[in-house]
Amino acid sequence: MTYPSKDLSVAAATPPGFAEALPDEPLKVIEPRTSWLAIDFAELRQYRELLYFLTWRDVKVHYRQAALGVTWAVLQPLLLMAIFTIFYSRLARVETGGVPYPLFAYAGVVLWTFFANAITASGNSLINNVNLITKVYFPRMLVPAAAVAACLLHLAIASVVLIGMMLYYRVTPGARLLLLPPLILLTVLFATAVGLWTAALNVKYRDVRLLLPFGVQVWLLASSVIVPSSAVPQQWRWVPRINPMSAFIEGFRAILFGGSFDTPALVTAVVITTIALLAGVIVFRAMERSFADVI
Amino acid sequence: MSSEAKAMIRARGVSKRYRIGARQEPYQTLRDALVEMIRGAFRRRNGDDATTLWALTDVSFDIAPGEVVGVIGRNGAGKSTLLKILTGITEPTRGRVELFGRVGSLLEVGTGFHGELTGRENIYLNGAILGMRRREIDRRFEEIVDFAEIEQFLDTSLKHYSSGMWMRLAFAVAAHMDPQILLIDEVLAVGDAAFQQKCLRKMRNVAGEGRTVLFVSHNFEAVASLCSRAILLHHGRVVVDDLPQPAIEMALSRYQMPCRDDFTLQILRKEDLVPRPRAIEVRAAGMDAAAPIGYDDEIVATLQLDAPIAEGQTFTFQVHTPGGVAIFSSFHRDRAENQPLQPGRTTAVSVRIPARLLLVGSYEAVFACMKPGGQAFWIAREIWFEVHDVKDTRNEALPSKRRGLVSVLLPWDAQ
Repeated sequence: MTYPSKDLSVAAATPPGFAEALPDEPLKVIEPRTSWLAIDFAELRQYRELLYFLTWRDVKVHYRQAALGVTWAVLQPLLLMAIFTIFYSRLARVETGGVPYPLFAYAGVVLWTFFANAITASGNSLINNVNLITKVYFPRMLVPAAAVAACLLHLAIASVVLIGMMLYYRVTPGARLLLLPPLILLTVLFATAVGLWTAALNVKYRDVRLLLPFGVQVWLLASSVIVPSSAVPQQWRWVPRINPMSAFIEGFRAILFGGSFDTPALVTAVVITTIALLAGVIVFRAMERSFADVI
Repeated sequence: MSSEAKAMIRARGVSKRYRIGARQEPYQTLRDALVEMIRGAFRRRNGDDATTLWALTDVSFDIAPGEVVGVIGRNGAGKSTLLKILTGITEPTRGRVELFGRVGSLLEVGTGFHGELTGRENIYLNGAILGMRRREIDRRFEEIVDFAEIEQFLDTSLKHYSSGMWMRLAFAVAAHMDPQILLIDEVLAVGDAAFQQKCLRKMRNVAGEGRTVLFVSHNFEAVASLCSRAILLHHGRVVVDDLPQPAIEMALSRYQMPCRDDFTLQILRKEDLVPRPRAIEVRAAGMDAAAPIGYDDEIVATLQLDAPIAEGQTFTFQVHTPGGVAIFSSFHRDRAENQPLQPGRTTAVSVRIPARLLLVGSYEAVFACMKPGGQAFWIAREIWFEVHDVKDTRNEALPSKRRGLVSVLLPWDAQ
């Protein structure tokens, strides 16, 4: 048998001077990673546009072929609010500190919906993008991060109705509104932390995917969405107190409707968020190395 | 400047270990899972055992700028693992790779394409996934659309595209990313013949521009014509690193073992009474099993089973190209005059492929054991054989190398 002989024209085609243009130091070195928490910030910066495109994809795909489109971002929390209003304000008479119950519930539901959707979407983000993980390299953290970012946009849309309701009930927030951005940031960071954990564990243990919807429902009950933490029986008070989402939701209401801040709960929430985020990053980075092999 | 100092890719002692089978036994209770975890923690200290597989062992090479290197070897030789390490998708267990240029890969074109997004949107998304900046994509947008020939469908959802349009768009984006190092894994195998030619031309251009290309392929013809060097991997080690010709010859000698029991068995449905394949042999009719198969030879493929067949089992035989395209399927029941299968007695079947049907090249023989309804119990794959050109060319017009998937000599009429 004969094969075409070596095609010399290819080797000879290297333009003169091309080799000299090579850098002395390698652009990239691939070797087993030894450090623990290495976040490669330079690399994340380099791929920042990908975060934008992935977020944008998640948002677009989310509403494609849904007849009601973006309305869903509002409809979901509105329906929950309506249900809670019928059951808890009419039947159970929840004490909300003077805030009309629908407004009280909607504020809680809006922030909760963001969190629930963010952890569900980011938790499933890696296993829903097997193709990306096994075929191309990019910082894996962008996938759950983009899922959270997409949910943030839904939060913004749902907030429009919240503003409308506040106008309707003539509730005006004061200078405390300045605290809103840091509070939202904390919520986003906490959602990202939980998302990183669930996404990484989900790759190896698909049990996470099955556990997640159930966990979200139980977590809702402990997050002061339906009733304020002050209405929780004394022996269960510690639950909202160690639950950052409860602190964030109550803080959210305190900013918008007035009322007192539960400072110890907020401090606890900040501490827990920090720990969860650091640990989440470490776990994610450690497990990331085998994502392509086990997914 | 010494050649030692100026490599584009420098790999040193790259090894990759996979843990296999570790999770095959389902954990029955939480207690079992915990016990298993504790055992696992101890086992890890011991290093290798039956559940580890070294996909790559101590792979080292230097690739100079502008070199076009083919990486060949059987399935499972470690070719894809090597590419995955070079792209950073997976991490080596040991060793080090230095890359002196920006890497682009055509590992799987169209990665990240989404059916719900339009062509335009997918170009941007896919470009970003491949590491292109938005400005870069803007700049090359027209070129990409031209290459893909999808101008009037730019704002149509991708799910309405034909598979051909889909492929063209995918390749167009990937081909326009301008990396200094291009890693390619068999993409040329997909698409129709015309599109494959277009891809080959593009690859030649890329190589001509002085870029470094690493080309993983089963297609020896393509490796021989495109590459200036070839690396043969076998069981994760570099066996040959030389000009394409000697590497290909060595690969062929390793592929051609007369009677093969190292096929890959895919079990689709488990049933106790189904016999499993014991060995599969492909040889020229009437020849020694080790003799090369020529274009003029009738080819006999034999499947030996480890037990007699049971009632209602039948067999299918297919020949695939290295790119996975099925050239034809043959069923035992195709012809009434075939020797009947005898349940409880038949332990081997063979099928004859007429001479002058398969072109010169390498092929995969695939046997499947089926239910009469068409569902397969198992499929045995990766038995490779090679059809060689006839040495003493009596007939100058022998069609052994013409384009197409098979050679057929058809009657012509002239009016």
